[in-house]
Formats: sequence, structure tokens, C-alpha cells
Amino acid sequence: MTVRMTAYWKKYILRHWQLYLIVAVPVAFLITFNYVPLVGIQLAFKEFNPIQGIWGSPWVGGKQFAMFFESPFFWPVIKNTLLLSVYSLLVGTPAAILLALALNEVKSQRFKKVVQMFTYAPYFISTVVLVGMLNIILSPTIGIYGQLTELLGIADPMDILGDPKAFSSLYVWSAVWQETGYGAIIYLAALSGVNPELYEAAKIDGASRVQKMVHIDLPTIRPTIIILLIMSIGGLLSVGFEKVFLLQNMLNLSTSEVISTYVYKIGLVHMNYSFAVAVGLFNSIIGFILIFSANLLARRFSESSLF
Amino acid sequence: MRSHTLIKESMGDRIMMAVIYTVLTVVLIAVAYPLIYIVSSSFSSSSAVMSGRVWLFPVEPTLYGYEAVFQYPQIWSGYLNSILYTGLGSVISVTLTVMMAYPISNTTFVGRRILVWALLFAMLFSGGLIPFYLVVRSLHMLDTIWAMVLPGALSVFSVIVAKTFFQTTIPGDLYEAAQLDGCSDGRFLVSVVVPLSKPVLAVLFLWSAVGQWNSYFNALIFLNGEEKYPLQLVLREILVLNSVSTASMSLSAEQLKQFEDMKNLLKYSVIVIASVPILMLYPFIQKYFVKGVMVGSIKA
Repeated sequence: MTVRMTAYWKKYILRHWQLYLIVAVPVAFLITFNYVPLVGIQLAFKEFNPIQGIWGSPWVGGKQFAMFFESPFFWPVIKNTLLLSVYSLLVGTPAAILLALALNEVKSQRFKKVVQMFTYAPYFISTVVLVGMLNIILSPTIGIYGQLTELLGIADPMDILGDPKAFSSLYVWSAVWQETGYGAIIYLAALSGVNPELYEAAKIDGASRVQKMVHIDLPTIRPTIIILLIMSIGGLLSVGFEKVFLLQNMLNLSTSEVISTYVYKIGLVHMNYSFAVAVGLFNSIIGFILIFSANLLARRFSESSLF
Repeated sequence: MRSHTLIKESMGDRIMMAVIYTVLTVVLIAVAYPLIYIVSSSFSSSSAVMSGRVWLFPVEPTLYGYEAVFQYPQIWSGYLNSILYTGLGSVISVTLTVMMAYPISNTTFVGRRILVWALLFAMLFSGGLIPFYLVVRSLHMLDTIWAMVLPGALSVFSVIVAKTFFQTTIPGDLYEAAQLDGCSDGRFLVSVVVPLSKPVLAVLFLWSAVGQWNSYFNALIFLNGEEKYPLQLVLREILVLNSVSTASMSLSAEQLKQFEDMKNLLKYSVIVIASVPILMLYPFIQKYFVKGVMVGSIKA
């Protein structure tokens, strides 16, 4: 059996050598930029010395991890990361689902198109531009927020961009503004697959619109919701660096420092490679565990799972 | 009795519909208003913007903001760099994606399972920022165009989308017929698969181009020379770090004072100018992104 398998193997590879040549190029990329970096993980257990390099640097065991766990930044950074991602998950997912359900009810195709066109557009604005827009719109001196507070006679308007308490809401709700329209598309696509006979039957049985949504629409998009949820749970600890970093300032640092921005500062700004690798590895491992547990739970309690 | 309940329910339904239309209208305004406000401000006079007289439409319409942009050389070098990185980066990315996705879309391909698992693992687990940076550094790519177009070129998600597309639209019979006719695998890919896959290639190209155009992180960590900065990094300095440098501009004292006045106006105009290329792609994006998202949502 194995002999025959190997023979088949050889014959296949010889006959389709071109396919292997084609796939070799992207595989080389995958190895270089995804797998070679894994070699660098050993730095988490070493004390990096630039002269001796990755391989030559001395082993120090769990020292870097111990330093991270004991550091005064440990809890704030973990707490901020979790708060931001859980908050995003709890607000962002329902927002996209609700928008899709609402749009699905709209009969006027023109109104539906206009709403979709506008809600979809902010997705293509770059993070830098989004943060730039927040900076000028929410500035108490220039911009619409300043104008509004002046009109209302508020003498000392709150500095939304500099307030640590406002940071998480600023982060989450600006993402809702930017991404809900895009997020709704996938649910709308799933809803378009509902068998119209189900709606007819529900109508005859006297179901209300709300009942129809709860008993037909939601079950239809449940697999999609679950798969997207699993994927976001995996990313729970890797809150997007890009936006947090741009929204960060000296004033809101106490709530805006997350794992990814912390790794960037420790590693690339202060060149403390080993410590930064350890923090990053901690992040990757927790993320990996989370996505597997979420997948396992989804497989056990529903018929859909990611893998 | 029956008709009575029907009327009552349709009453509830009508209220529900009114609620839905109201909510959607509010959502529409909330999303559109900031966009309109930025565009209107960019066409207003500097004094109208500064004194907070712009609410919805341009006040004292001028093009001064855009003139300020034209006088600011960093924006133009950033623009050219972004076009270069976006064009080259997308071509490389789409080519690699197809080269990876096509072989693994063939169920008889020996080694398919290993490659699919290698891709999934790469998607779920990474060495993190520092090891990634060290690899790019040891390849001597720092401060070169290659650091902008190569490291992120292979996206696992795109590969899965392309693979699903090939599997569902390229008939297996076609491949077998071509094989019988003595068509080689490479030739089949170039002259049959690629022409039949234009929709998915368009999706991949747009995804990659939008991503490249909007990204700043790779530039932030890999580039030192300001002359290589893409537009987003120049924008970051103007919009987020609030630093507009007039050093590289040859201006008279009077012009300099004028420019200082326009600094705030410049921010609005620069936002509009930076978003124009994406807006020009918008009709295509809308058509193809929806398709792409749907293809991508099919379980891998």
C-alpha cells in the first residue's frame, strides 16, 4: 500500500512539476514572512545581545515573562486590551446585524441603496484620515463639537480626545460609524438566501414583523454570526494597533495603552527586543487558545464552526 | 375575530416599519453628516472655518485650502510614493495569491492538505511584531521599496477566497480535457483559469489596492527617509501630530504668514484629496466587494 502510494506520488509530481514550480514562489513567501519569524520567538527566552545575534544570545528561561507579569504595566495593559475588544464585540456585532435586519425589511429599493451606499463608504477611509477627522471634528476649539458646545453655552467643554474615561467609547463608536455598513453586507447576503415561502407561510400564520425576524431571519444568519464571532474572539487580545496608536496621547495613555502598542514601544522604540517578544508571544498564545476554545464551544453547541 | 387580529397585527407592523424607516434615516444622517461637513469646510474660507460658521454647506466658498495643498511638496511626494507602492504591491499580491490558490484548488494535487494547514496555521499564529521586523531587517529591506510591497503580499484570506472561486467556477472536465489535449499546467493556468477568473481577480486587486493605499504601519516601522514616505504617513504628521513643516517651501515672509492662516484649512482639503482615489474606485468597489465578501463567507 505505502509502496503504491509513493509510486503514485512520484508519478504525480513528475507529471505536474509545473504546479510545484508555481506553488514554490508563494510558499517561499509564506516561509520567509510567516514561518522564519517563528524562529525569532526563542528571543522570548533569551537576553538579546546584538553582537551575538538571535542564536548566540544567552538563554535566560522565563525571566522575560516574570518581568512582564510583575511589571506595573501588566494589569493596565491587559485590562485595556480586553476592555476595548469586548466592548467592540458587544457593540459592533449587534450593530451590523441590526442594520442588516432593518435594511432587509425596507421595500423601497432606492432608499435601501442610498442607505447602503452611505453607510458602506466610511469603510474605505484610511485610519489616519478617520483619526484626523475625529481630531478636527471633536476639537473644543475648532470643528463642529466646539461650535455646538459654544452654541449651547457650555463654558468648559469636555476634551473627548484627551479624557482617559472617554477613550474606549471614542474607539468603539468611531468604529461603529466606520464599519457597520460593511459588516452588514455579509448578513444581508445571508438573508437574501431565505426561502420566500417561509415568509409567505409566516404571514398566513399571522406572524408579526418582529416574530418573522426572530423566527426566520435570525436563525438564517446564525451560522454567519457564529463564524464571525469565533474570528473576533481569536482577535480579542490583538486589538488593532493602527487606530489605538493614532488616537493615543499623553492625556489618555492610562486607558489607551494596549498590548500591541506596548510591544511596539518596548521593542522598536526602546529596542528591548527580548522583553517585547515575550509580551508578543504571550499575546499570540492567549489568542490561539481563545480561538480554539471558541471554535470548540461553537462545534459543541451549534452545527457551525470555523474549522 | 380572525380579521380583527389581522388588523391589529398589521397596525403593529406598520408602527414597526415606521420605526425602521426613522432609525435608518437617523443612521443615514449620522454617517453622512461628518463627511459632508469635512467636504464643505474644505471649500470654505479659512476665517469661516476658524470662527465656526460652517454647519452644512460651504461658507464663503474658495479654493484656498486646495492651493495650500498644492504648495506643500511632501503631499505630492507622498502621493507618488503611494501610487507606486499601491500599484506594484497589488500586482505582486494578486500574482502570489493566484499562484498559491490555483494548485491547492485542485483536489488531486499531492501536498494540498499540508499547504492548506500551513496557511491556516500562519493565519492563526504569528511570531509577533519584533521577529517579523528582524526578518525584514536581516533581508536588508529596511528603508527600501521592498519593505513596502513584499512582507504583507501573501494574504491567507485572499488565498482562501481565490481557492473557493477556482473550485466552484472552473469545471473539472475542462481541466481533464486540456490534459488530454496535452496542455501543460502552467499554460492551463495562464490561458484558461486566469481569463475565466476576472471577477475574483478584480476583487483581490481592489482589496489589495485599498489596503495598500490606506496602510501606514509598515511604512512607520520600516522607512526612515521622509522622501520615501507614503501619503498616509505624511497625513499622520499633518492630521495627528499636527506638524506642518514649511521648511522645504520657498516662501516669502508674507506668503508664510498666509500659509500659517491656511494650516487648519489645509487639514480639511488634505482629507478630501487623500480620499479621492478610493472614491474614484468606489463604483467598482461596491460592485466587486459585495461579491468578494460573499465568496469569502463560504466556508473554507
